Amino acid sequence: MKAPDFSYEKPTTISDVLALLANNELECQLLAGGQSLMPMMNFRMANPGTLVDISNVSELSGIYERKETIEIGAMVRYRELELSKIIKTHCPLISMVLPYVAHAAIRNRGTIGGSIGLSDPAAELPAVLLVLDGKIEITSEKGIRLEPANTFFKGVYETSCEPDELITKIILPKKQPKQKFGFHEIARRHGDYAMAGVCILQDVDLNVRVAFFGVADRAVRSIAVENLLSGNSYLSGELIKNAQNVLNDIEFEGDMNAGPEAKQHIAKVVLERALKEMKND
Amino acid sequence: MTGPATVFDKPTDYIGKSIPRSDASRLLRGQGRYVDDMQLPRMVHAVFLRSPYAHAKINSIDISQAIDLQGVVAIFTGKDIAQHVEPYVGVLSHLPGLRSPAQYPLAVDVARWQGEPVAVVICASRALGEDALEYIKVDYEQIPAVTDTLDAMSSEAPLIHKEYDSNLAWKREVEFGNLEEALAQDDVVVVEKQIKFGRHTGVTLETRATVCDYIPGDEQLIMYYAGQAPHMLQFILAKHLDMLEENVRVVAHDVGGSFGIKVHTYGDEIATAIIAKLLKRPVKFTADRLESFVTDIHARDHVVDAKIGVKKDGTIVGMGFNDFTGIGPFSMYPRTSAIECNQILNLTGAPYQFEHYHAVGNVVFQNKTLMCQYRAVGHPIAMAISDCMIEEAARVIGMDPVKIRKKNLIPDDAYPTKSVTGMRFDDLSHHACLDKLLEIMDYEGLLVDQQKERGNGIYRGIGFVSLVEVTNPSPMFYGVGGAPIASQDGATVRLDAAGALHVSSSVTEQGQGTNAILQQIAADVFGVAIERVKVTTGDTATVPYGGGTWASRGAGIGGEAMLLASHALKEQVLETAAVILQAKPENLDISSGEVISKESGEQKISLGDLAKIVYYRGNELPNDLRPELIATRHYRVTDFPFVFTNGAMAAHVEVDTNTGFIKILHFWAVEDCGRVINPQLVDDQIRGGVVQGIGGALYEECIYDTDGQMQNASMADYLVPMASEMPEITVAHVETYTKTSVLGAKGAGEAGTGGAPAAIMNAVNNALEPLNCGLWQMPMTPERVLKALGKIK
Repeated sequence: MKAPDFSYEKPTTISDVLALLANNELECQLLAGGQSLMPMMNFRMANPGTLVDISNVSELSGIYERKETIEIGAMVRYRELELSKIIKTHCPLISMVLPYVAHAAIRNRGTIGGSIGLSDPAAELPAVLLVLDGKIEITSEKGIRLEPANTFFKGVYETSCEPDELITKIILPKKQPKQKFGFHEIARRHGDYAMAGVCILQDVDLNVRVAFFGVADRAVRSIAVENLLSGNSYLSGELIKNAQNVLNDIEFEGDMNAGPEAKQHIAKVVLERALKEMKND
Repeated sequence: MTGPATVFDKPTDYIGKSIPRSDASRLLRGQGRYVDDMQLPRMVHAVFLRSPYAHAKINSIDISQAIDLQGVVAIFTGKDIAQHVEPYVGVLSHLPGLRSPAQYPLAVDVARWQGEPVAVVICASRALGEDALEYIKVDYEQIPAVTDTLDAMSSEAPLIHKEYDSNLAWKREVEFGNLEEALAQDDVVVVEKQIKFGRHTGVTLETRATVCDYIPGDEQLIMYYAGQAPHMLQFILAKHLDMLEENVRVVAHDVGGSFGIKVHTYGDEIATAIIAKLLKRPVKFTADRLESFVTDIHARDHVVDAKIGVKKDGTIVGMGFNDFTGIGPFSMYPRTSAIECNQILNLTGAPYQFEHYHAVGNVVFQNKTLMCQYRAVGHPIAMAISDCMIEEAARVIGMDPVKIRKKNLIPDDAYPTKSVTGMRFDDLSHHACLDKLLEIMDYEGLLVDQQKERGNGIYRGIGFVSLVEVTNPSPMFYGVGGAPIASQDGATVRLDAAGALHVSSSVTEQGQGTNAILQQIAADVFGVAIERVKVTTGDTATVPYGGGTWASRGAGIGGEAMLLASHALKEQVLETAAVILQAKPENLDISSGEVISKESGEQKISLGDLAKIVYYRGNELPNDLRPELIATRHYRVTDFPFVFTNGAMAAHVEVDTNTGFIKILHFWAVEDCGRVINPQLVDDQIRGGVVQGIGGALYEECIYDTDGQMQNASMADYLVPMASEMPEITVAHVETYTKTSVLGAKGAGEAGTGGAPAAIMNAVNNALEPLNCGLWQMPMTPERVLKALGKIK
C-alpha cells in the first residue's frame, strides 16, 4: 500500500494548473483534499504521472455571496462549509448534510470540488447539487463553461469534466423564503457512506426536486417522485406513501451491504423520513 | 499457617484496586516501541508478492525484469525459500484424524488462497519494493476455487489437496446418553434451527510486524516481533530454520493488540527470518492493512444445524448439532485450525445440566484465508448454539428465558462437578451471576417497557446468555498434543542495591495491562511501593520460560507465578534481615520497602540498606549466610485441564423494522473471574470483549465472492464496531476464587466476545417474536433483518 512513483507539482494560479493539465504527456491528476485519491494511489488503483496539488491556488478558495447565488471555490474544505455563516443562511441543505459526511478528520481535508469531481455514487454533495440545481464552473485553456449538475454526473467516478479541465467553482442559488429542504440518510455506522440517502427541495412554486445517493451508479433524481410530490403544499401521509410507491424509476444497484432490492426498500424509508421531517418543520 | 497461602491474611495495598497502569502515560505520549518503529543499520524491507487468485497453479515466475530495479537487493520465490526451511504441519496428536499437508512459508507450486505469498522482494524501501512487484511475471493457471464450506464437502467439489480423498480436514463426533431416543419421547418438545456464523477477523491496531536480524559472529537470529508467544516462536524458528534454540532470540516490546491473531506461524514472518539469515542483515516486514485482511487468521465461519429437546416444564432433555466450519486450505501451525470446532463440541451447553448430547464437528478445507484461534475461540458459537436454542425452546413452550435458565443451570452448590461432555468444573456461580444480572438490569421494568412500546410499533427485545469461559489452560490444551507451547509460566523477582524490585515474567503484554497486574502483585506480595517495581516481559533472552499470553492465562498463571516468586524472595530477604537484626524471621515483615517488626510495625532496616550490606559489604555477614536476593518460581495448573470462569450477560435491543437496523440500547455483563486484581483493567477487558462480540453479531464479516476474492479488505468496507454505535456496557462481578491457586484469579479476557453474540441474537429474536419471524445468521445485517421480516426477498 505505497503509491507508485509520480511527479509532483504545486502551482499557485489557475493558469499554471491548466497549462499542466493541457500537457497530455504529464498524465496529470488533480490533488484536492486527497481523502479518496491518496488511498486509491496507495492501493495502486490510481497511477498519475504527475500529481497536481491545487491547495496553493488561492483563486480556488473562498465562499462568496453574490446577488442571487453563492459561489464556492472548488478547494473549499468541508470544515469551512460547516463553519460558514453564508452557507448556513443561504444554503441550509449543505449545513444539514455535512455532519453526516464522514468524520471530522476527513472533513478537515476533504473539499467540495474534490467530492463533486470524484462523483462517488454514495457521496452526499452530488445529490445536494442536483436538488439545488447547482452549476459547476469548469475552466480549461479553451475557456470557462458552466455545467448544470443535472448533466455533470455521468456514472461511478465519471463526470463531464475532461482531463484538461479544472473545476473552479460551485455555484448555488441562494435560499428563497418559503423554500423547504429535506435530508435523510442511513449508514451502517456513523460517518460511513450511506446505504441510501436522499436530499429534497420543495421550491417556492411547490415544485419538488428529489435526489438519492448510495443507491445507483451516481447521485440520481427520481422524476416520478418529483412529479407526484410537486404542486402539493401539504405533504400528507398518503402523499408520502404514494411517493414511496412510485420510486421505481431508478436503476438501483447493490453493494456489499445490500442488494438492489434492499437499496430500493431503504431508499423508500429515507424518502418517507425526510418528507416527514419536512412536514413537521 | 506459613507459605504463600498467608499472602491474603492481611489487607492488600494494590491487589483489588484500580491502580493506573504505569505504561499508559508512555504509550499515550507516543513513546511506544513497536516493531515498525525500529530502524537498524543495513536494514532492508521484505515486500511480498501475493496470489491474486484463490486457487491457481504457478507455472513459472520470471523475476528478470524486477531484479535490476532501483533498490532491489534480492528476490526469492516460493521454491527458493522452500530450500531453506523444514515445512510445517498443523496437526496435534490429541486431535486424532486431523490432517493437513506440509505447508511452506510461500506457495511453491499452487497458490491456495487470495493473499498467499508467492515471492518476496528484498528492497531498500517498502515503496521501491512495491514498484518491483509489478515487474515480477507469474504465469498462473487458475483452478476452480472452493469457497463455500458446504459445497466443499460435495463429491463434485474440486480437491484442494490431491493427496486427500475429500476436502475434509477433521471430523469428531461426541455422544453422551442417547439424544435421538430421548428427543423421541412424547413429552419432549423438539426445536431445530440452522444457525450461521459469518467469517470475521481480529483487527489489531498494530498490524503484524517483524524485524529479523542475524548476527553471524554469534550465529544468532534475533526476531523482534509483535506477538504473544515469544518462546513458542523461538522453538518454531529453531526447528524449521535448523538452528539451535539457544541461538534464536525472540523479543516482543510493545504490542498493539493481538486477540489471538498474533500467536500463529505466518509464512511471511518465517520467510523474513530465513532471508535475514541468508543475507546476514536485518530485514523488516510490516503487514499493511490489505495484507492483514487477507493473511491474518480469520475465525468463526460455521454453519450449524442444531436441535434441543425440552419438557413442557422447561427441563432440558438434551441438545445436539452438526457443525461445518471452513478453515482455509491448511490447518494453521502449530495450534491447528480444529481447536475452535473442538471447543464447540466440548463447551456447548456447558452451563446446564442435561443428560443427552450428540454433536458432530466437520472441519473443512476451502480456498480462503486460514482460520484459527481468535479471542474466545469457539465460545461465541458454543454459547449461541445452546443459549439461542434454549430461548427458542422457551418461546415454543411459553416460558420466560430467565425461568428456563434457572431451572437448568448447574446449581452453585453442586461443585465440583462435570458437564455433559465431561468437562470438570469447580468454583462456578451461574445462579449468583444471573441473580446479580437481573438486579442491575431491571428485567421487570424492561418487560413492561417492551409491552408498552410494541403498541407504538417499536420492537424491543431482551436476550440473555449464561456462559463458561476456558481460562488458565493446563498442559491438556496444547502440550499434550505435542505442540511446542508451554502451559507453565515463570516469574523472577530480584532486589537491586537501591531496594527496588526487578521482575520478569514469561507472560506477555499486548496492551491489556499484563505488566500492570504483575507489578501490582509483586509490590503487594513482596512489600514495596508499586513505583519501585520494574517489569520485563517478552524477551526470550531474559525472562523465564513460559507460554505467553493467550487463552486468558496472563493473570491466572503468570500472576500466580509472580505471587509465588515474590513471596519466595520475601522469605529469603527476611532470613537475611533476621540475621542482620538478630531477630526471628517469623517476627519480621516487609512493608513499603522497609523490613518491619510484625508486631509493632516499627521500621527496622530499609530494603536498600539491607541490599547494600549484601551486595557491597558482605564482610559484615556471617560466612555461612549466602543471601539470594533473587527468586524464581513457576506455576502450572494441575488437577484441572482448564480453570473455567462463568458469567451472565444481557442485551437490550431495538429493531427498526423499516430499515432492518438493530440498535443495542444497553448491555450488561456479570463475570466471575475469581479474584479481580485490577477492577479497571478487568472491566476494560469485559467491555472490549463485548465490543468485539458486538462486532461479530452485527458488523464484522469477511465477504468473499464465489471465486474466493475477499470483497471488503479495507477499513472502509470491513465494519469494525465504532464508538458511535456502542451501547452503555454495565459490568459487575461475582468473585468466586479458584482453589487451584493462591491468587484465586481466573481469566477475564474473552467472556465478552464469547457471550455477547448469543445475548444479542436472543434479544433480536425476542424483539421479532410478535412479528412471527426470527434471524439465525450473524452478523445480523440490516439486509438480513429485512429478509427475515419478509420486507425484501
